[in-house]
Amino acid sequence: MKEINNEANFNSSLVGRLGGVEYINLYKQYNEDIKAHSASVLNAGRDASFELFEELGFPTSKLENYKYTDLTEPLSVDYGLNINRVKIPVNPYEVFKCDVPGIHSYLYFVLNDGFYPVHDERNDELPQGVIIGSLSEISKSHPELVEKYYGKLSAKQKDGLVAFNGAFAQDGFFMYVPENVQMDRPVQLVNIMRSDVDFMANSHNLVIVEKGAKAQLLVCDHTMDDVRFISNRVTEVFVDENASYEHYKLENTHTRTTNLSTLLIEQKESSSVLANVITLHNGITRNTIEIDVNGEHCETLLCGMVIGDKKQQVDNFTSVIHSKPNCHSTELFKYVLDDVAKGGFTGKLYVARDAQKTQAYQTNKNILLNRTAKMRTKPQLEIYADDVKCSHGATIGQLDESALFYIRQRGIPEKEARLLLMFAFTADVIENIRIDALQDRIKMLVEKRLRGELSKCEGCVICQ
Amino acid sequence: MLEIKNLHANINGKEILKGLSLSVRPGEIHAIMGPNGAGKSTLSSVLTGNPAFEVTQGKITFMGKDLLELAPEERANEGIFLSFQYPVEIPGVSMVNFMRTAINEQRKYRGLEPIAATDFLRLMREKKELVEMDNKLTNRSVNEGFSGGEKKRNEIFQMAMLEPRLAILDETDSGLDIDALRIVANGVNKLKSPDNASIVITHYQRLLDYIVPDFVHVLYDGRIVKSGTKELALELEEKGYDWIKKEVEKAP
Repeated sequence: MKEINNEANFNSSLVGRLGGVEYINLYKQYNEDIKAHSASVLNAGRDASFELFEELGFPTSKLENYKYTDLTEPLSVDYGLNINRVKIPVNPYEVFKCDVPGIHSYLYFVLNDGFYPVHDERNDELPQGVIIGSLSEISKSHPELVEKYYGKLSAKQKDGLVAFNGAFAQDGFFMYVPENVQMDRPVQLVNIMRSDVDFMANSHNLVIVEKGAKAQLLVCDHTMDDVRFISNRVTEVFVDENASYEHYKLENTHTRTTNLSTLLIEQKESSSVLANVITLHNGITRNTIEIDVNGEHCETLLCGMVIGDKKQQVDNFTSVIHSKPNCHSTELFKYVLDDVAKGGFTGKLYVARDAQKTQAYQTNKNILLNRTAKMRTKPQLEIYADDVKCSHGATIGQLDESALFYIRQRGIPEKEARLLLMFAFTADVIENIRIDALQDRIKMLVEKRLRGELSKCEGCVICQ
Repeated sequence: MLEIKNLHANINGKEILKGLSLSVRPGEIHAIMGPNGAGKSTLSSVLTGNPAFEVTQGKITFMGKDLLELAPEERANEGIFLSFQYPVEIPGVSMVNFMRTAINEQRKYRGLEPIAATDFLRLMREKKELVEMDNKLTNRSVNEGFSGGEKKRNEIFQMAMLEPRLAILDETDSGLDIDALRIVANGVNKLKSPDNASIVITHYQRLLDYIVPDFVHVLYDGRIVKSGTKELALELEEKGYDWIKKEVEKAP
């Protein structure tokens, strides 16, 4: 699939250079082009984001919030950027086969940095009033809707990557579920990276779930070509009163990928949110997840899992902010690391002074399968209310030797016994997938992954 | 069937078994009794190949094979089953999956095809009845949240499923009330055949009212110092272990 396009045209926009300074010059030079190929609602805060990026630069591991992720090497690569929105002549509906059988999702693609616009008949049955599509297109057709929400969470972030995204992202995925509409099927967004040259993609997703509405979004990250990729994606999610939202993120990218992802969720009164972030295969991944529980009687469940080997790196930096009383949050992350894989976990939990009767529980458990894998974990609780129940626990260990012997005593060989225990270790994260077809599929992918087989989805390049 | 000769074994460099010999033939039930620290549980660990223990001397043959050459799973598949004194909880591994995997590994070892789904379910049902085990327990993760008695019953259930040639019951009676004890013993007795054998490790004579041994051995300071029939157990119950200790110490 290398014969993609008008090569000259495509290359003409490949002017990205390493380091913050060169991106700053790039922004200044191409400011008009960036804006011309986006929408005015999205351009409104663009210069402000850029100024913030100028001030902050790309995060380095000297920053407390980035001490488990070193981006020096991936940012030294000369990536292309597709500022002028040159079309990439590949139809993901044709080349990409999702192998979650039976999921029956409404299926959409972000190809590199842009929403893939081709109409697919599978999406004709969307419930009435639901709007799903290109962020930049919907910013033009429904500017008032996008304006009300776009950047409202991301602008508050003092983060170089988010600021960079605000400056450079021109498009992304948009979903609006109006009041009291219950989505009958999950929505699936597949981020595909496809390029013949080393490539950078910035995209911004916006999800609005109105009062009493219900939606499930599955985001899959895939890479198709054997080049260096870096993606910097920001997703803002607004979950209104009594609404229910589930966000699943499944990463299965190749080892030459740097995946930087920021998920910002705001919850209003009596809403329920589940976010489950699963990294099965990757290169360098940084997930920043912040859930702002900004209403009473909310339920929040944030979980995730990492299976890492070779030189993979995964850093999940999570924050749960309890601003209002009477809410309940649970956080659960599990890592299984082998070879020289590196894991990082930060669990920030903030309970504001008025957030009485908060119940917040955090667990991070990790298994290191050898002496060379590394895990660094940091619970970080800031509690200003005095009538709360909060707990946290982090463990790093090996497989339980007594359990291993017990299983072997029943005739199960050591290798299988280890597998059973590793699989069991991840079971509670997998149980928190409430889409049955997806849960079955993830079980299978995890088992394959733990067996050392490649758990690749079809239409996806995974290197050894 | 089982021949143990002059067995010496260490844990963390400390010698626990100091020249133990024992011979078990098909159809026999052997009780091993002895005071705390005599090495009873070490014997069961060494027989099943627990890697925490190191055998420094001696020989064990089982069904003509050198047992010490075999990995724990191979010993299990040769037909050695240990009912653990402290069964391990394994959250996330369902009983059903665990048993199916174990049965199929055993069948693979013996050159058989995996068990058919319907046969497996029938087998589970039959064996559950044998130990009066609740369906709720087999739907849960292995031993997770089980009471002490439920765990022991689960051991006997697994034993029934795997039909071992040699069953080692390590203090299966500890922590059991009288009803659970009867059920467990009943399960063991029903599984008894002329082809298989059991080693029953216990502190108390009580279990031996239900599981009647052919031989009773006293293990003290890493060796079997006295052997007899079931009457020996009654004598121990009555007189304690002190007289045996004295006898041993008197001997040259």
